[in-house]
Amino acid sequence: MKTKIILAGLIVLAAVSTRAGDSVSSGGIPSKHANLMGPTHFTETDGEKLYATVCASCHMPNAMGGTGAGFYPALAKNDKLAVSSYPVMMVMNGRGPMPSFREAMSDAQIAAVVGYVRTHFGNSYTDPVSLDEVKQVREAK
Amino acid sequence: MTSSEESSVTLKRRDLFRMIGSVAGGAAMYQAMTSLGFAADSQYAGPIKLEGNPKGAKVVVLGAGWAGLVSALELRNAGYKVELIEYNNRVGGRAWTIRGGDTITDMSGETQKCGFDSGLYLNPGPWRIPYHHRGYLDYAKRFGVQLEPFQMINFNSYVHSKDYFGGKPQRFREVQADFQGHVSELLAKTIRQDKLDQSVGKEDQEMLLEALKGWGALDKNYAYVAGPTSAERRGYEVNKGGGLMPDPVGGQPIALSDLLKSDVWRAMIFGQTHQWQASIFQPVGGMDATPKAVGKVLEDITTFNAKVTAIQQDEHGVTVTFVDSRTGKEQRQVKGDWCVCTLPLTVLSQIDVQVSPAMKEGMSAISYAAAVKTGLQFKRRFWEDDDHIYGGISFTDQPISQIAYPNFGYNRPGKGVLLGTFAWGEAAFGLASMSAADRVKAAVEQGAKIHPQYKAEYENGVSWSWHRSPFTMGCAAEWTDEQRTKHYRNLAEINGRIVLAGDHLSHLSGWQEGAILSALDAISRLHRRVVTA
Repeated sequence: MKTKIILAGLIVLAAVSTRAGDSVSSGGIPSKHANLMGPTHFTETDGEKLYATVCASCHMPNAMGGTGAGFYPALAKNDKLAVSSYPVMMVMNGRGPMPSFREAMSDAQIAAVVGYVRTHFGNSYTDPVSLDEVKQVREAK
Repeated sequence: MTSSEESSVTLKRRDLFRMIGSVAGGAAMYQAMTSLGFAADSQYAGPIKLEGNPKGAKVVVLGAGWAGLVSALELRNAGYKVELIEYNNRVGGRAWTIRGGDTITDMSGETQKCGFDSGLYLNPGPWRIPYHHRGYLDYAKRFGVQLEPFQMINFNSYVHSKDYFGGKPQRFREVQADFQGHVSELLAKTIRQDKLDQSVGKEDQEMLLEALKGWGALDKNYAYVAGPTSAERRGYEVNKGGGLMPDPVGGQPIALSDLLKSDVWRAMIFGQTHQWQASIFQPVGGMDATPKAVGKVLEDITTFNAKVTAIQQDEHGVTVTFVDSRTGKEQRQVKGDWCVCTLPLTVLSQIDVQVSPAMKEGMSAISYAAAVKTGLQFKRRFWEDDDHIYGGISFTDQPISQIAYPNFGYNRPGKGVLLGTFAWGEAAFGLASMSAADRVKAAVEQGAKIHPQYKAEYENGVSWSWHRSPFTMGCAAEWTDEQRTKHYRNLAEINGRIVLAGDHLSHLSGWQEGAILSALDAISRLHRRVVTA
């Protein structure tokens, strides 16, 4: 579809597309209603910083996850990270308590943060996460 | 139109409604009235009437937030046996209030003890009730809960941008008047240069010019400039006085470019948006007042501290398995003929639930928004004494996003608690990734850019990040249009003996009214099935 244009300008496009729906989303709740003047996409590009300012909100700074009525899985020593397409898919589309970051992160940001998690917190999956792979996951939906 | 013409039209319409009503039933009539702009703008149709005998049927209701409370209350009133199962040790769910002495623990394991003085509080979840949320208002009335006005727009609050206006907070009235003034001036100029001739007729152009002059506070030359006309909108630099006091002086409008670049229009339209239009209310003393009042009459059928681990069903009934939410032990089961499940999808998607694959797929598909709220207690109400802001909201492009001032106890000496952060979506994640202690620190630091008094007057704070909230794991379902098409009906329809309800199954996600309307709709359908079975 339109995805081919996107790579370079993705962050900007994502911002525009989420903002366009701001005030009267059909979901009833304007999706960005409380950060009216703030950012609608993440600005960090570095995997470590993205982890610390996005993922840590649920998976916690030490990647040990947490438990309540449900749970956030520990990403530390997590063998589900062995094949990169799984975490890429989770970040892109979300599932269960994991939100989708399709609109808020660029392909490069998703590659960076997945790459970081796969090589830290006791994980050592060193094969790189390619932009192509992320792009394919984005377009697959 | 003359008055006789008008009444004949009204009569015809009334006949039409009556006809629709008799042929297609009340719902269709209501629909027709709504589309013609006659009925109220809520789909709440007054107290629910569940007529017919449930013949001793038992319903297990999961979750004692608004949807669960309404379901349990109304089903019991209709003659059902009801059991209400709740994860927390209180009712209300996100409709919750944190006060001094409360101890709260989130999913990181961090525990905060709230240090607010008596009478001061934070509503970490919902905090306002628009006038058209008729269901909520009806329950508040039925349970004798007192409401007070919530100020959405305060013309004297601040709009702040770290990169524009020299980083200095501007008054809402200045920003709004200047934006409106500049736009009016530009449009007036276009008309006077005959550039609108293609799209607006001459006569309309004259009326539009007149309107722009008034609406935009333009001077006699159709210019928006410093002076008495604009000052009547944006306020005065030297205010009006008496006797031999100095003459009033109007201030210099802010440049259009700064207004555009800073995105201030977003703050301006907030209170013009339907869910946020006046009148808006809050319960006196905290948002938990209403659910508590409803929960009180359900005490005898409520089990607290129960973490649901499985929901199973067969042709005979439903079995819900739960453990003690504090220990994870003491597995118990409760059985019923039917189940109304109001657990958030984040939680539900991780539980062993016996429903159709399509419903299960829907449970896993919907993302919940991030949101952070932080309450700060100060030694004095400097926002009133120094800044003359009584209630309402200031806006900033820093992550804290908003500062909201208490809508009660105005103009009194002594301490006050304000909402020092209400961050949502992407702006919230950075804060949501911090410990509560750091979120409070960030709220004080960022807020001090707007109110320098923060540093000297701050006493203590408490913060809640909804993604770390053990009972919700997120703030509110954020449906995309595509997901709504694909999953909404699958999730909302009765699945065997289980029906889901909650604000996530409404078009008012994140609003208490959404939970109430969803529950009323779900139990109406369930009841119909039970009495016609």
